[in-house]
Amino acid sequence: MGKATETVEAVWRMEAARVVAALARFTGDLGLAEELAQDALVTALEQWPAEGVPANPGAWLTAVGKRRAVDHFRRAETLRRKVGELGRELEIDGEGREDGAVDAIVEAVDAERSDTAIDDDLLRLVFTACHPVLSAEARVALTLRVLGGLTTAEIARAFLVPEATAAQRIVRAKRALADAGIPFEAPDGPERSRRLASVLEVVYLVFNEGYSATAGDDWLRADLCQEALRLGRVLAGLMPAAPEVHALVALMEIQDSRRRARTGPDGEPVLLLDQDRAKWDREQIERGLVALARADRAFVAGMAQTPDGVEPGTYHLQAALAACHARARTAEDTDWQLIADLYGRLVQQTRSPVVELNRAVAVGMAEGPEAALAITDTLTGLRAMQGYHLLPSVRGDLLTRLGRLTEARTEFERAAELTANTRERALLLARAAACEAEA
Amino acid sequence: MPKFLVFVPGNAESEAGVMPPTELFAAMAAYNDQLAKAGVLLAAEGLKPTSAAAKVRFDDNEKRTVLDGPFTEAKEIVAGYWMLQASSLEEALEWVKRAPFGGGVTLEVRPIASMDDLGPEFTPELREAEQQLREQLGE
Repeated sequence: MGKATETVEAVWRMEAARVVAALARFTGDLGLAEELAQDALVTALEQWPAEGVPANPGAWLTAVGKRRAVDHFRRAETLRRKVGELGRELEIDGEGREDGAVDAIVEAVDAERSDTAIDDDLLRLVFTACHPVLSAEARVALTLRVLGGLTTAEIARAFLVPEATAAQRIVRAKRALADAGIPFEAPDGPERSRRLASVLEVVYLVFNEGYSATAGDDWLRADLCQEALRLGRVLAGLMPAAPEVHALVALMEIQDSRRRARTGPDGEPVLLLDQDRAKWDREQIERGLVALARADRAFVAGMAQTPDGVEPGTYHLQAALAACHARARTAEDTDWQLIADLYGRLVQQTRSPVVELNRAVAVGMAEGPEAALAITDTLTGLRAMQGYHLLPSVRGDLLTRLGRLTEARTEFERAAELTANTRERALLLARAAACEAEA
Repeated sequence: MPKFLVFVPGNAESEAGVMPPTELFAAMAAYNDQLAKAGVLLAAEGLKPTSAAAKVRFDDNEKRTVLDGPFTEAKEIVAGYWMLQASSLEEALEWVKRAPFGGGVTLEVRPIASMDDLGPEFTPELREAEQQLREQLGE
């Protein structure tokens, strides 16, 4: 019996998004659709173990959901209006008995489900579940639920919250969508590019949650990286012309490729430049580079449509940065000039002093410590940088390379003061001591 | 999330380098597209016939022998493979069931062993080191 249930759950994972999307299209209500889909799953769990998985499980689940929808509307006494609405939309004759009209509608809606129509419904689902009116937390829970097909329990375990909390997030998300009157629609044209940011943010949040999982955590947490990658690939299939989508997939593949190299034998974090690159998953890097190439092609294709000039998105730039490191066989082979250039463009977009500091590090590698130090000089006065230990840490490193050891020591000591991390403080103090010894 | 290799068996036609009929080709392309759009496809490759292949035999005393194809006596020949990523063997099997084969063809589905499972393989020593680190960092 266990094997059968697992099979039903596996099929659910495969079909959930399309079923919810089809039901949301049918009812115009994502929240209701999610409940109807759940009901259909319960029915499947009851019937399939005995009768076998139907030949077209997606259609089966959707049909059950639609019949429930009709019951729901009948109970809510909105059936007449709904039949009228749906009938008008499908240009069906409104004559005849209610039941006849409903069957005709269900049949017509079923017949119309081409692949493109299903994809359109999925896009509606993505953009509605990730609507910016919802908090990031709410978008993540709802998306994992309706797009990922995860159970509430799985979502709760993945994000280290009680199951009731996860359930509440989903309930509140659905209510917020209803209260704000958000229609089950996908935006078009320039509005789509704007709204895409809240979609990609959800996927990357899921990924980062998984990336922060440590050994000893629930395996479901580490699995979030794969879940995010799967969602990203689904989005890439739905929006093949969107460079930022391919770029996010590329970024996640390449970041995830370093998973086995980024912790040392004692569980301590290993910096990218110190990692054993033999432990990088080169197959995954390849997939990442393929995705980046798709992003590049989509970007160039998009340029043709907007001759006034388009800048690559932040995920595109971050993916290109990740690719620079991924392509280098050893740390010494890294193309630091390209990295510095990419950071330059990222700074223009984000105006972030942290990104500028990263640029300084890259310039230090590409051109030398003098030029890099000059960049950090522009950052030391900024209020945003006052408590940030990495600024003095980088300056200490650059000053060491310039032989200015007394100043370097001061910087390392300042950095040690600013960091809350015991291990890091020890490392910085050790570097300060080394400067003193040699000065 | 586990990965799976799915092996497609070869036959006399694939060994002769005969391309599959157009309909099968189209059905295969559509199937690969489905897998990719579902986010589960990691790789899909066709292998050349064994006439283009070779074997390496490892004897003791560092002796190496190369045997050129074709391998006409071989009982089972791999003609291609998919690499899929799915949350369970059951899900992988459901995907494989949707492949456009018939006539008694059998595909083998093999879970790929993973070294970075954060499960029971994480030894007690490493767990303890992890715990110490957490305490040090005041977590």
